[in-house]
Amino acid sequence: MVARFQSVISEEIKKQLKEKTGNELPTHVMACVGGGSNAAGTFYHFLDDISVQLIAVEAAGEGISSGRSAATTVLGRPGVIHASRTLLMQTEDGQIVEPHSVSAGLDYPGIGPLHAHLFRSGRATYLNATDEEALEAAFELTRLEGIIPALESAHALAKLKDVPFTEKDVVVVCLSGRGDKDMETYIRYMQH
Amino acid sequence: MNRIDQLFSKKKDHILNVYCTAGFPALHDTRRVMKALQAHGADMIELGIPFSDPLADGPVIQQSSKQALDNGMTLKLLFEQLKDFRDEIHLPVLLMGYLNVVMQYGAEKFVQDCVQTGIDGVILPDLPADEYKTVYEPLFKKHGLHAVFLITPETSEERVRVIDAASSGFLYMVSSSSTTGRNKDISMQENYFKRIHQMQLKNPTLVGFGIRDHESFEQACKYTNGAIIGTAYIQALQSGDDVDMATKKFIERIIT
Repeated sequence: MVARFQSVISEEIKKQLKEKTGNELPTHVMACVGGGSNAAGTFYHFLDDISVQLIAVEAAGEGISSGRSAATTVLGRPGVIHASRTLLMQTEDGQIVEPHSVSAGLDYPGIGPLHAHLFRSGRATYLNATDEEALEAAFELTRLEGIIPALESAHALAKLKDVPFTEKDVVVVCLSGRGDKDMETYIRYMQH
Repeated sequence: MNRIDQLFSKKKDHILNVYCTAGFPALHDTRRVMKALQAHGADMIELGIPFSDPLADGPVIQQSSKQALDNGMTLKLLFEQLKDFRDEIHLPVLLMGYLNVVMQYGAEKFVQDCVQTGIDGVILPDLPADEYKTVYEPLFKKHGLHAVFLITPETSEERVRVIDAASSGFLYMVSSSSTTGRNKDISMQENYFKRIHQMQLKNPTLVGFGIRDHESFEQACKYTNGAIIGTAYIQALQSGDDVDMATKKFIERIIT
Protein backbone atom coordinates (compact mmCIF):
# COMPACT_ATOMS: atom_id res chain seq x y z
CA MET A 1 0.00 0.00 0.00
CA VAL A 2 2.83 2.37 0.92
CA ALA A 3 4.64 1.61 -2.36
CA ARG A 4 1.44 2.17 -4.33
CA PHE A 5 0.88 5.61 -2.81
CA GLN A 6 4.54 6.59 -3.03
CA SER A 7 4.68 5.46 -6.67
CA VAL A 8 3.55 8.94 -7.74
CA ILE A 9 7.25 9.82 -7.36
CA SER A 10 8.40 7.59 -10.22
CA GLU A 11 5.33 8.52 -12.24
CA GLU A 12 6.39 12.14 -11.99
CA ILE A 13 10.04 11.36 -12.72
CA LYS A 14 8.98 9.71 -15.98
CA LYS A 15 6.81 12.65 -16.94
CA GLN A 16 9.44 15.29 -16.16
CA LEU A 17 12.22 13.32 -17.88
CA LYS A 18 10.15 12.88 -21.01
CA GLU A 19 9.70 16.66 -21.19
CA LYS A 20 13.37 17.35 -20.49
CA THR A 21 15.14 14.64 -22.47
CA GLY A 22 12.49 13.13 -24.74
CA ASN A 23 12.98 9.78 -23.02
CA GLU A 24 11.18 8.79 -19.87
CA LEU A 25 13.88 6.34 -18.77
CA PRO A 26 16.99 7.51 -16.93
CA THR A 27 20.06 5.30 -16.61
CA HIS A 28 20.18 5.57 -12.81
CA VAL A 29 17.66 6.33 -10.07
CA MET A 30 18.89 6.95 -6.55
CA ALA A 31 17.02 7.34 -3.26
CA CYS A 32 17.71 7.10 0.45
CA VAL A 33 16.31 4.17 2.44
CA GLY A 34 15.25 3.96 6.07
CA GLY A 35 12.12 1.87 6.12
CA GLY A 36 12.16 2.53 2.40
CA SER A 37 8.89 4.24 1.50
CA ASN A 38 10.27 7.04 -0.67
CA ALA A 39 12.77 4.71 -2.36
CA ALA A 40 9.96 2.22 -3.04
CA GLY A 41 8.02 5.00 -4.77
CA THR A 42 11.09 6.24 -6.62
CA PHE A 43 11.84 2.76 -7.98
CA TYR A 44 8.26 1.61 -8.50
CA HIS A 45 7.64 2.41 -12.18
CA PHE A 46 11.20 1.45 -13.14
CA LEU A 47 11.19 -2.01 -11.56
CA ASP A 48 10.47 -3.72 -14.89
CA ASP A 49 12.76 -1.46 -16.94
CA ILE A 50 15.93 -3.37 -16.28
CA SER A 51 18.08 -0.87 -18.15
CA VAL A 52 17.48 1.50 -15.23
CA GLN A 53 19.92 0.97 -12.38
CA LEU A 54 18.25 1.35 -9.00
CA ILE A 55 20.51 2.58 -6.23
CA ALA A 56 19.35 2.79 -2.63
CA VAL A 57 21.41 4.48 0.06
CA GLU A 58 21.10 3.45 3.69
CA ALA A 59 22.32 5.37 6.70
CA ALA A 60 25.63 4.03 8.01
CA GLY A 61 25.33 6.38 11.00
CA GLU A 62 28.68 6.71 12.68
CA GLY A 63 30.01 3.83 10.56
CA ILE A 64 28.98 0.28 9.76
CA SER A 65 30.94 -1.31 12.58
CA SER A 66 30.53 1.55 15.08
CA GLY A 67 27.53 -0.03 16.79
CA ARG A 68 25.63 3.15 15.90
CA SER A 69 24.25 2.54 12.42
CA ALA A 70 21.03 1.91 10.52
CA ALA A 71 22.41 0.02 7.49
CA THR A 72 20.04 -2.94 7.59
CA THR A 73 21.14 -4.71 4.42
CA VAL A 74 24.66 -4.93 5.86
CA LEU A 75 23.88 -5.55 9.52
CA GLY A 76 20.50 -7.28 9.41
CA ARG A 77 19.28 -10.83 9.05
CA PRO A 78 15.79 -12.21 8.36
CA GLY A 79 13.26 -11.61 11.08
CA VAL A 80 9.71 -10.45 11.75
CA ILE A 81 8.86 -6.91 12.77
CA HIS A 82 5.63 -4.92 12.51
CA ALA A 83 3.97 -7.91 10.85
CA SER A 84 6.52 -8.20 8.03
CA ARG A 85 9.19 -10.76 7.41
CA THR A 86 12.21 -8.83 6.24
CA LEU A 87 15.81 -7.97 7.03
CA LEU A 88 16.16 -6.74 10.54
CA MET A 89 18.92 -5.47 12.84
CA GLN A 90 18.67 -7.70 15.87
CA THR A 91 20.57 -9.44 18.63
CA GLU A 92 21.21 -13.17 18.63
CA ASP A 93 18.05 -13.59 20.76
CA GLY A 94 15.91 -11.73 18.25
CA GLN A 95 15.64 -8.48 20.22
CA ILE A 96 15.50 -5.49 17.90
CA VAL A 97 18.63 -3.35 17.98
CA GLU A 98 18.22 0.38 18.45
CA PRO A 99 19.43 1.93 15.18
CA HIS A 100 21.23 5.23 14.80
CA SER A 101 21.33 7.85 12.10
CA VAL A 102 21.74 11.62 12.23
CA SER A 103 18.53 11.75 10.18
CA ALA A 104 15.37 10.77 12.04
CA GLY A 105 13.75 9.36 8.91
CA LEU A 106 16.42 6.71 8.30
CA ASP A 107 16.62 5.68 11.93
CA TYR A 108 14.79 2.35 11.50
CA PRO A 109 16.03 -1.15 12.40
CA GLY A 110 14.54 -2.87 9.36
CA ILE A 111 13.69 -2.22 5.74
CA GLY A 112 10.39 -2.76 3.97
CA PRO A 113 10.07 -6.31 2.59
CA LEU A 114 10.07 -4.93 -0.98
CA HIS A 115 13.62 -3.69 -0.41
CA ALA A 116 14.70 -6.92 1.26
CA HIS A 117 13.60 -8.60 -1.97
CA LEU A 118 15.27 -6.08 -4.30
CA PHE A 119 18.45 -6.46 -2.25
CA ARG A 120 18.41 -10.25 -2.26
CA SER A 121 17.48 -10.51 -5.93
CA GLY A 122 20.10 -7.93 -6.88
CA ARG A 123 17.61 -5.78 -8.81
CA ALA A 124 18.68 -2.77 -6.76
CA THR A 125 22.09 -1.89 -5.34
CA TYR A 126 22.33 -0.89 -1.69
CA LEU A 127 25.02 1.53 -0.65
CA ASN A 128 25.37 3.40 2.61
CA ALA A 129 26.51 6.85 3.69
CA THR A 130 27.72 7.97 7.11
CA ASP A 131 26.30 10.90 9.07
CA GLU A 132 29.39 12.89 8.12
CA GLU A 133 29.09 12.12 4.39
CA ALA A 134 25.40 13.07 4.40
CA LEU A 135 26.10 16.38 6.12
CA GLU A 136 28.88 17.17 3.65
CA ALA A 137 26.58 16.38 0.72
CA ALA A 138 23.79 18.54 2.14
CA PHE A 139 26.15 21.51 2.32
CA GLU A 140 27.48 20.81 -1.15
CA LEU A 141 24.02 20.90 -2.72
CA THR A 142 23.19 24.03 -0.77
CA ARG A 143 26.30 25.80 -2.08
CA LEU A 144 26.01 24.56 -5.66
CA GLU A 145 22.27 24.82 -6.25
CA GLY A 146 20.86 26.85 -3.39
CA ILE A 147 18.70 23.88 -2.45
CA ILE A 148 18.80 22.79 1.17
CA PRO A 149 17.94 19.09 1.17
CA ALA A 150 16.58 17.02 4.04
CA LEU A 151 19.26 15.03 5.81
CA GLU A 152 17.63 11.82 4.63
CA SER A 153 17.89 12.79 0.96
CA ALA A 154 21.44 13.99 1.57
CA HIS A 155 22.42 10.34 2.07
CA ALA A 156 21.49 9.62 -1.55
CA LEU A 157 23.37 12.72 -2.75
CA ALA A 158 26.41 11.65 -0.75
CA LYS A 159 26.88 8.56 -2.90
CA LEU A 160 26.92 10.37 -6.24
CA LYS A 161 30.67 10.57 -5.89
CA ASP A 162 30.97 6.79 -5.46
CA VAL A 163 29.04 5.61 -8.51
CA PRO A 164 31.13 5.39 -11.69
CA PHE A 165 28.96 7.43 -14.06
CA THR A 166 29.76 8.23 -17.68
CA GLU A 167 28.97 11.49 -19.42
CA LYS A 168 25.97 10.05 -21.23
CA ASP A 169 24.26 8.85 -18.06
CA VAL A 170 20.99 10.38 -17.00
CA VAL A 171 20.86 10.27 -13.22
CA VAL A 172 17.85 11.03 -11.05
CA VAL A 173 18.25 11.51 -7.30
CA CYS A 174 15.05 11.72 -5.31
CA LEU A 175 15.15 14.75 -3.07
CA SER A 176 12.57 13.30 -0.73
CA GLY A 177 12.38 16.23 1.67
CA ARG A 178 13.40 19.76 2.50
CA GLY A 179 16.13 20.73 4.90
CA ASP A 180 14.12 23.28 6.87
CA LYS A 181 13.41 20.64 9.48
CA ASP A 182 17.15 19.87 9.83
CA MET A 183 18.34 23.46 10.36
CA GLU A 184 19.35 22.82 13.96
CA THR A 185 21.58 19.92 12.93
CA TYR A 186 23.05 21.91 10.03
CA ILE A 187 23.82 24.92 12.21
CA ARG A 188 25.42 22.73 14.85
CA TYR A 189 27.54 21.09 12.11
CA MET A 190 28.62 24.46 10.73
CA GLN A 191 29.74 25.58 14.17
CA HIS A 192 31.91 22.60 14.98
CA MET B 1 -4.28 -35.01 28.12
CA ASN B 2 -3.03 -31.44 27.86
CA ARG B 3 -3.50 -29.58 31.17
CA ILE B 4 -5.42 -26.80 29.40
CA ASP B 5 -8.00 -29.32 28.16
CA GLN B 6 -8.18 -30.89 31.62
CA LEU B 7 -8.92 -27.52 33.15
CA PHE B 8 -11.69 -26.68 30.67
CA SER B 9 -13.25 -30.12 31.10
CA LYS B 10 -13.44 -29.59 34.88
CA LYS B 11 -14.23 -25.89 35.08
CA LYS B 12 -16.56 -24.17 32.62
CA ASP B 13 -16.69 -20.60 33.89
CA HIS B 14 -14.78 -17.91 35.76
CA ILE B 15 -11.42 -19.29 34.71
CA LEU B 16 -8.73 -16.87 35.79
CA ASN B 17 -5.63 -16.82 33.61
CA VAL B 18 -2.96 -14.46 34.92
CA TYR B 19 -0.15 -13.06 32.79
CA CYS B 20 3.27 -12.13 34.02
CA THR B 21 6.38 -11.22 32.07
CA ALA B 22 9.13 -13.78 32.67
CA GLY B 23 12.21 -12.41 34.43
CA PHE B 24 10.11 -9.74 36.13
CA PRO B 25 10.24 -8.00 38.62
CA ALA B 26 13.62 -9.63 39.29
CA LEU B 27 15.40 -11.94 36.89
CA HIS B 28 14.78 -15.09 38.93
CA ASP B 29 11.25 -14.24 40.11
CA THR B 30 9.67 -16.34 37.33
CA ARG B 31 9.19 -19.46 39.49
CA ARG B 32 8.27 -17.43 42.60
CA VAL B 33 5.50 -15.72 40.61
CA MET B 34 4.18 -19.04 39.30
CA LYS B 35 4.13 -20.57 42.78
CA ALA B 36 2.30 -17.56 44.22
CA LEU B 37 -0.31 -17.62 41.43
CA GLN B 38 -0.95 -21.31 42.04
CA ALA B 39 -1.07 -20.94 45.83
CA HIS B 40 -3.60 -18.10 45.72
CA GLY B 41 -6.12 -19.44 43.25
CA ALA B 42 -5.24 -18.65 39.64
CA ASP B 43 -6.43 -21.33 37.21
CA MET B 44 -3.87 -20.83 34.49
CA ILE B 45 -0.58 -19.00 34.01
CA GLU B 46 0.61 -17.10 30.98
CA LEU B 47 4.32 -16.30 30.97
CA GLY B 48 5.45 -13.48 28.71
CA ILE B 49 8.68 -13.87 26.77
CA PRO B 50 10.12 -10.35 26.88
CA PHE B 51 10.58 -8.63 23.52
CA SER B 52 12.02 -5.26 22.59
CA ASP B 53 9.03 -4.33 20.41
CA PRO B 54 5.90 -5.83 22.00
CA LEU B 55 3.33 -4.41 19.62
CA ALA B 56 0.17 -5.73 21.27
CA ASP B 57 1.12 -4.40 24.69
CA GLY B 58 0.39 -1.13 26.42
CA PRO B 59 2.89 0.88 28.50
CA VAL B 60 2.76 -1.22 31.68
CA ILE B 61 3.59 -4.56 30.04
CA GLN B 62 6.05 -2.84 27.67
CA GLN B 63 7.86 -1.49 30.70
CA SER B 64 7.90 -4.90 32.40
CA SER B 65 9.30 -6.38 29.21
CA LYS B 66 12.03 -3.78 29.08
CA GLN B 67 12.83 -4.34 32.75
CA ALA B 68 13.06 -8.10 32.19
CA LEU B 69 15.42 -7.58 29.24
CA ASP B 70 17.50 -5.16 31.31
CA ASN B 71 17.57 -7.86 34.02
CA GLY B 72 19.19 -10.12 31.43
CA MET B 73 16.18 -12.25 30.49
CA THR B 74 16.34 -14.39 27.34
CA LEU B 75 14.24 -17.24 26.01
CA LYS B 76 17.12 -19.62 26.63
CA LEU B 77 17.29 -18.55 30.27
CA LEU B 78 13.51 -18.90 30.58
CA PHE B 79 13.71 -22.55 29.59
CA GLU B 80 16.50 -23.01 32.16
CA GLN B 81 14.32 -21.40 34.82
CA LEU B 82 11.47 -23.71 33.82
CA LYS B 83 13.54 -26.86 34.19
CA ASP B 84 11.67 -29.24 36.56
CA PHE B 85 8.97 -26.64 37.28
CA ARG B 86 6.40 -29.43 36.95
CA ASP B 87 7.68 -30.78 40.30
CA GLU B 88 5.86 -27.90 41.97
CA ILE B 89 3.40 -26.35 39.49
CA HIS B 90 0.38 -28.32 38.28
CA LEU B 91 -1.56 -25.43 36.67
CA PRO B 92 -1.66 -25.18 32.87
CA VAL B 93 1.08 -22.83 31.70
CA LEU B 94 1.28 -20.98 28.39
CA LEU B 95 4.10 -18.98 26.89
CA MET B 96 3.12 -15.72 25.25
CA GLY B 97 5.60 -13.91 23.04
CA TYR B 98 6.38 -12.45 19.67
CA LEU B 99 7.29 -14.41 16.58
CA ASN B 100 10.76 -13.00 15.97
CA VAL B 101 12.16 -14.30 19.24
CA VAL B 102 10.79 -17.78 18.52
CA MET B 103 12.01 -17.65 14.93
CA GLN B 104 15.57 -16.76 15.97
CA TYR B 105 15.53 -19.47 18.66
CA GLY B 106 14.38 -21.96 16.04
CA ALA B 107 10.77 -23.14 15.85
CA GLU B 108 11.60 -26.81 16.25
CA LYS B 109 13.87 -26.29 19.25
CA PHE B 110 11.30 -23.95 20.78
CA VAL B 111 8.54 -26.54 20.54
CA GLN B 112 10.83 -29.27 21.88
CA ASP B 113 11.88 -27.15 24.86
CA CYS B 114 8.24 -26.26 25.58
CA VAL B 115 7.31 -29.91 25.66
CA GLN B 116 10.36 -30.97 27.65
CA THR B 117 9.80 -28.38 30.37
CA GLY B 118 6.04 -28.99 30.53
CA ILE B 119 4.51 -25.99 28.77
CA ASP B 120 0.94 -26.61 27.56
CA GLY B 121 0.33 -23.90 25.01
CA VAL B 122 1.74 -20.93 23.14
CA ILE B 123 0.32 -17.52 22.21
CA LEU B 124 2.12 -15.60 19.46
CA PRO B 125 -0.07 -12.62 18.56
CA ASP B 126 1.96 -11.70 15.48
CA LEU B 127 1.92 -15.21 14.01
CA PRO B 128 -0.86 -15.24 11.38
CA ALA B 129 -3.05 -18.34 11.53
CA ASP B 130 -2.30 -19.11 7.88
CA GLU B 131 1.46 -18.98 8.43
CA TYR B 132 0.98 -21.19 11.48
CA LYS B 133 -0.78 -23.80 9.38
CA THR B 134 1.98 -24.11 6.82
CA VAL B 135 5.04 -23.91 9.06
CA TYR B 136 4.25 -24.50 12.72
CA GLU B 137 1.14 -26.65 13.01
CA PRO B 138 2.77 -30.00 12.21
CA LEU B 139 5.34 -29.37 14.97
CA PHE B 140 2.75 -28.31 17.52
CA LYS B 141 0.42 -31.19 16.70
CA LYS B 142 3.19 -33.75 16.87
CA HIS B 143 4.00 -32.70 20.43
CA GLY B 144 0.47 -32.00 21.68
CA LEU B 145 1.28 -28.34 22.25
CA HIS B 146 -1.67 -25.95 21.95
CA ALA B 147 -1.54 -22.81 19.80
CA VAL B 148 -3.93 -20.11 20.94
CA PHE B 149 -4.95 -17.42 18.47
CA LEU B 150 -6.63 -14.07 19.03
CA ILE B 151 -9.77 -12.49 17.66
CA THR B 152 -10.98 -8.91 18.12
CA PRO B 153 -14.42 -7.25 17.86
CA GLU B 154 -13.45 -6.39 14.26
CA THR B 155 -12.70 -9.96 13.18
CA SER B 156 -15.26 -11.07 10.59
CA GLU B 157 -17.40 -14.11 11.26
CA GLU B 158 -15.68 -16.01 8.47
CA ARG B 159 -12.25 -15.20 9.87
CA VAL B 160 -13.35 -16.11 13.40
CA ARG B 161 -14.20 -19.58 12.05
CA VAL B 162 -10.77 -19.89 10.40
CA ILE B 163 -8.98 -18.79 13.58
CA ASP B 164 -11.12 -21.06 15.76
CA ALA B 165 -10.21 -23.97 13.51
CA ALA B 166 -6.49 -23.18 13.78
CA SER B 167 -6.63 -22.66 17.56
CA SER B 168 -6.51 -25.37 20.15
CA GLY B 169 -6.86 -25.14 23.94
CA PHE B 170 -8.94 -21.99 23.86
CA LEU B 171 -9.64 -18.90 21.77
CA TYR B 172 -8.29 -15.58 23.01
CA MET B 173 -10.93 -12.86 22.67
CA VAL B 174 -9.33 -9.43 22.66
CA SER B 175 -11.93 -7.25 24.40
CA SER B 176 -11.49 -4.16 22.24
CA SER B 177 -9.29 -2.93 19.43
CA SER B 178 -6.43 -1.55 21.49
CA THR B 179 -3.26 -2.58 23.26
CA THR B 180 -3.21 -4.26 26.67
CA GLY B 181 -3.99 -2.30 29.81
CA ARG B 182 -6.47 0.26 28.47
CA ASN B 183 -9.10 1.10 31.06
CA LYS B 184 -11.99 0.90 28.65
CA ASP B 185 -15.45 0.10 29.91
CA ILE B 186 -15.82 -3.46 28.73
CA SER B 187 -19.57 -3.59 29.43
CA MET B 188 -19.82 -1.90 26.01
CA GLN B 189 -18.54 -5.14 24.51
CA GLU B 190 -21.40 -7.32 25.70
CA ASN B 191 -22.85 -7.67 22.20
CA TYR B 192 -19.49 -8.87 20.90
CA PHE B 193 -19.13 -11.42 23.70
CA LYS B 194 -22.69 -12.59 23.06
CA ARG B 195 -22.18 -12.79 19.29
CA ILE B 196 -19.09 -15.00 19.66
CA HIS B 197 -20.87 -17.11 22.27
CA GLN B 198 -23.73 -17.73 19.85
CA MET B 199 -21.34 -18.90 17.14
CA GLN B 200 -20.84 -22.15 19.12
CA LEU B 201 -17.13 -22.36 18.40
CA LYS B 202 -15.13 -25.53 18.96
CA ASN B 203 -12.83 -23.83 21.48
CA PRO B 204 -13.63 -22.41 24.90
CA THR B 205 -13.07 -18.65 25.06
CA LEU B 206 -11.16 -16.37 27.42
CA VAL B 207 -11.35 -12.58 27.26
CA GLY B 208 -8.22 -10.49 27.63
CA PHE B 209 -7.08 -6.84 27.33
CA GLY B 210 -8.65 -4.38 29.76
CA ILE B 211 -9.75 -6.87 32.44
CA ARG B 212 -8.48 -5.38 35.67
CA ASP B 213 -10.83 -5.82 38.62
CA HIS B 214 -13.72 -7.83 40.00
CA GLU B 215 -16.31 -5.94 37.98
CA SER B 216 -14.60 -6.27 34.59
CA PHE B 217 -13.77 -9.91 35.36
CA GLU B 218 -17.46 -10.64 36.02
CA GLN B 219 -18.50 -8.85 32.83
CA ALA B 220 -15.98 -10.81 30.80
CA CYS B 221 -17.16 -14.10 32.31
CA LYS B 222 -20.82 -13.57 31.48
CA TYR B 223 -20.66 -15.07 27.98
CA THR B 224 -17.24 -16.71 28.03
CA ASN B 225 -15.30 -19.24 30.07
CA GLY B 226 -13.13 -16.72 31.84
CA ALA B 227 -10.59 -13.98 31.46
CA ILE B 228 -6.92 -13.14 31.21
CA ILE B 229 -5.39 -10.37 33.32
CA GLY B 230 -1.91 -9.00 32.76
CA THR B 231 -1.43 -5.27 33.25
CA ALA B 232 -3.28 -5.13 36.59
CA TYR B 233 -1.14 -7.98 37.93
CA ILE B 234 2.11 -6.37 36.77
CA GLN B 235 0.97 -3.22 38.58
CA ALA B 236 0.19 -5.29 41.70
CA LEU B 237 3.73 -6.71 41.60
CA GLN B 238 5.05 -3.14 41.56
CA SER B 239 3.01 -2.16 44.62
CA GLY B 240 5.84 -2.69 47.07
CA ASP B 241 4.56 -5.95 48.59
CA ASP B 242 6.62 -9.09 48.08
CA VAL B 243 5.57 -11.37 45.23
CA ASP B 244 3.51 -13.71 47.42
CA MET B 245 1.62 -11.00 49.29
CA ALA B 246 1.04 -8.92 46.14
CA THR B 247 -0.34 -11.99 44.35
CA LYS B 248 -2.59 -12.96 47.27
CA LYS B 249 -4.14 -9.48 47.50
CA PHE B 250 -4.47 -9.24 43.73
CA ILE B 251 -6.35 -12.50 43.27
CA GLU B 252 -8.61 -11.81 46.26
CA ARG B 253 -9.51 -8.49 44.68
CA ILE B 254 -10.45 -10.18 41.37
CA ILE B 255 -12.41 -13.22 42.49
CA THR B 256 -14.23 -11.99 45.58
